[in-house]
Amino acid sequence: MDQLFNVAVSILFDGLAYAMILFIISVGLSVTMGLMGFVNLAHGAFAMAGGYATVSVMNGLGVPFPLALVIAFFLVGAVSVLFERVLYARLYKATELDQVMLSIGLVFMAIAAFTFFYGPAPLTFQAPDYLKGQIDLGFREFPTYRVFMICVGLAMIAALWFGFERTSLGAQIRAAVDNRRMAQSLGIDVDRLFTLTFALGSGLAALGGGLAIEIVGMSPGFAIQYLVFFLIVVAVGGLGSIRGAFVAALVLGIIDNAGKYLWPEGGAFFIYAVTIALLLIKPAGLFGRQA
Amino acid sequence: MKNWKTTVLAGTALLAWAAAAQAETVKVGVVLTYSGGAAEFGQQVDRGMNLYMKKHAEELGSNKIELIKRDSKRPGGDIAKNAVQQLITRDKVDMLAGFIFSPNAMASAPLATQGKVPMVIMNAGTAWIPSLSPYIARVSFSMWQSGYPMGGYAADKLGCKTAAVGYTDYPPGKDSLNAFKTGFEKAGGKVVDAVPMGGPREVPDFTPFFQRIKDAGPDCLYVFVPAGNHATAVVKTYNDLGMRDAGTMLIGPGDITQDTKLQGMGDGAEGLITMHHYSADYDTPANREFVEAWKAEYGADSTPDFMAVAGWDGMAAIFHVIKTMDGKIDAEGAIEALKGWTYDSPRGPIMIDAETRDIVHDENVHKVIKKDGRLAIEVIDTIKQVKDPCKELKVGKCGQ
Amino acid sequence: MGAPPDISAAAAFMERRHRWRPAEALPWLAAVAAFFLFPDYTAFGTQVLIMILFALSLDLIMGYAGIVTLGHAAYFGAGAYAAGMLSAHLGWGEPLTGLMIAGLTAAAVGFVSGVVLLRYHGLTLLMLTLATAIMLQELANVQEEITGGFDGLLGISIDPIFGLFENDLWGRTYYWYALIVLFALFLIARRIVYSPFGQSLSGIRENVGRMHAIGSPVHRRLVTVYTISAGMAGIAGGLFAQSNAFVTLDVLSFARSGAVLIMLILGGTGRLYGAFVGATVYMVLEDELAKLSPEFWEFGIGLLLVLTVLFARRGLLGLIEDLGARFGKAKP
Repeated sequence: MDQLFNVAVSILFDGLAYAMILFIISVGLSVTMGLMGFVNLAHGAFAMAGGYATVSVMNGLGVPFPLALVIAFFLVGAVSVLFERVLYARLYKATELDQVMLSIGLVFMAIAAFTFFYGPAPLTFQAPDYLKGQIDLGFREFPTYRVFMICVGLAMIAALWFGFERTSLGAQIRAAVDNRRMAQSLGIDVDRLFTLTFALGSGLAALGGGLAIEIVGMSPGFAIQYLVFFLIVVAVGGLGSIRGAFVAALVLGIIDNAGKYLWPEGGAFFIYAVTIALLLIKPAGLFGRQA
Repeated sequence: MKNWKTTVLAGTALLAWAAAAQAETVKVGVVLTYSGGAAEFGQQVDRGMNLYMKKHAEELGSNKIELIKRDSKRPGGDIAKNAVQQLITRDKVDMLAGFIFSPNAMASAPLATQGKVPMVIMNAGTAWIPSLSPYIARVSFSMWQSGYPMGGYAADKLGCKTAAVGYTDYPPGKDSLNAFKTGFEKAGGKVVDAVPMGGPREVPDFTPFFQRIKDAGPDCLYVFVPAGNHATAVVKTYNDLGMRDAGTMLIGPGDITQDTKLQGMGDGAEGLITMHHYSADYDTPANREFVEAWKAEYGADSTPDFMAVAGWDGMAAIFHVIKTMDGKIDAEGAIEALKGWTYDSPRGPIMIDAETRDIVHDENVHKVIKKDGRLAIEVIDTIKQVKDPCKELKVGKCGQ
Repeated sequence: MGAPPDISAAAAFMERRHRWRPAEALPWLAAVAAFFLFPDYTAFGTQVLIMILFALSLDLIMGYAGIVTLGHAAYFGAGAYAAGMLSAHLGWGEPLTGLMIAGLTAAAVGFVSGVVLLRYHGLTLLMLTLATAIMLQELANVQEEITGGFDGLLGISIDPIFGLFENDLWGRTYYWYALIVLFALFLIARRIVYSPFGQSLSGIRENVGRMHAIGSPVHRRLVTVYTISAGMAGIAGGLFAQSNAFVTLDVLSFARSGAVLIMLILGGTGRLYGAFVGATVYMVLEDELAKLSPEFWEFGIGLLLVLTVLFARRGLLGLIEDLGARFGKAKP
């Protein structure tokens, strides 16, 4: 009984930690895809850029890790505005296929460019000592870094929830997601909203990338390797829904962890089967509106 | 007068002959993974090859060597095979070299046979690859060479009675698992759990796998993951879960303490025990020279690893063939020249087994220590001249 | 309400569209010329022809019926494994029947998945097709005994075609073999898109609601074209397995699904020949760039895609048409 409890706690806790990275990276994608209808396959490239930015400012400027994450968030967010204005904005009314092509093209270029400047080897990264090892939470010990990830994740959710539900900017974004034309005719500057949202989404991706280095490492290939997972979270959660992205990340993170713990022989089979089943039952995602 | 004419004629003929002897340019088609997620491996092998060429350029005398590089991109086989086909038919290469992923070597092997081109394999580690073509020689390793002796060593010397194995779920991982298990159980140990840990492409979150193993509480955890990002994540997760304090020792083939990744693992890597054939920290004259040349060429921050040394040794093998045949390469002769070839490599004495055309080298027990403020490898034991145990024991496809 | 509709005018319209234009001979002449002009590239050319066929199969569903998928490699892979395992396990090396079985297998997989998946649209469909292909890849990975797993399926040996033409190191025989198969399947595809059935597909793409309203059996039509497309993709996969004598998990990969999608958009969708232009340009460029710079060729490919989207929104064929139209206008 005691052991069963322990196993359950492990699965839930590790799943939660894993879900936080999935959520932080995917939520930006979900909002941009929901708001702008833009299939941005380059989202992972912004996450990758965030990982490199984090390590660069840590090694180059000696900035502590948490601050480096914040800098990466703003830096990548700011750079993404440039991409949004110059490239993405031209394609808001284009077909999904053109958007796919543009963003895949950007992924290829990003991988080659980062390989050129940083080399193909994975980044060398050390989390600060206070995030290493285990932390005793009374009834048992937990890996400190994962506890940190969960804290950051929960803080992000609180901030996003507050921003979207309680501020006028959030209300404008929600209005634009729901009915863009109506929002526009009410005098909301949708163009500006798009830019802001895009920057926010890319910044969040960068933050997630920075957090992920300790868990899975970081090399230029990150831009594409995990893309499928992010897309799955977005699709299962429902386009443009923060709550959806959170619940989907949680469900998928915990189920994936349970599968790996209890039935590792099943490989990745398990999580894709769950995805297909969920989408067949709820085609618009858990919290998406029916198309 | 007549005498003079004869002299000139003879002289001209001699010159022409000498020029013909001089003009041999040996073309080597190099097929490596230069782009994508595994580009780092291609780079290490490539650098090892180039470094050897640079350091030993004069040895070829009048003969020249030309490398034609092709990217094999993914481990899918088809792109590598197409590259090899073009190299043979269009570029008319005399030799083939490289091959990071086993499927790429396997797909290309029939072309080496058909086109009669010798092929020097510098990484691909699936045990039975050399049997796919009579013109293949391998200078890298087979997964069995490290896994099998590690099994025996863990049971005899490290005091492991029970072990769990975590492995990346693809052929090298399964090879390594079988090798370790065979050696370990032969020495009286018991493998209590074997956990496949996802595919080789992306690094998974290792937590659930390790948590499962931690809860089972074996004496040792033998892990095989592909070189690269995986290894760092393995060591970090092992430490984050406090498995050492829980009494489980992390061991594995040297892939998990790869030189290029060691410093990134942090102090938690201290005390790891692995079995391998190379580390940049080996204190031998040949290796000191190699590492020094490497750092001079590619920067003090960079370090060679077992892939780089395979590139270096592979190029040494190619040089040996060129010198033996004086630049006029044919497949039969090249392979004959390589059979039984011995060389004082940075990894120690190596030999190409005359029968299997596979590498024979020492396997060393590595211990990670802290030295002068950085992590380093200390060799605490050596098993001399290990032949691929898979073929020796005739396991599965190796027995055919 | 006046006279009955003039059916003969409609028939004439259809016939006009269906009639061969002289320009349509160009790709085939180019393919034949390429054989003689670049004798060392025939094996590579064979791979290009195979990808053209694969992209053509995608065009049938994407360009004409508007089904966007990120998992078309599922059918390419099904065909490749069918053809490969037929030879490796059953010793059946006859190439033409091998291709047929590859096509039928893939069509069967396409039919089953189509019946389920084609009830969905947009992102949901995109993710479902993607997940289906990855599931199949995982299945092939797990079933190592029969598929060879990650290391690939070895031991494929294909008989000479008609017992006469053996493949050589240059792959000359297979170039003709692939070209003839491509031509035959192209004729079928062309026939389909200009038929009333093809017209109804375009109708579904443009306005599903109205097609439902006029009583068109939308789902059945979509499943039909999806099955045909899967079959063609399977034959492309079969050709791939036979010409390479090797199959790995890569045939089912997301990368392959993505690549064929990009090739088709690059060439231009919904125009049959877009597959020819897109696959050829993409593969030749990739091959040449990778020779120039084995490390950084991806940058060039990425740039090509970005520029195409910015300046040739309807693909390279669209660009040619636009230029042609402008040129034509300037000259009265």
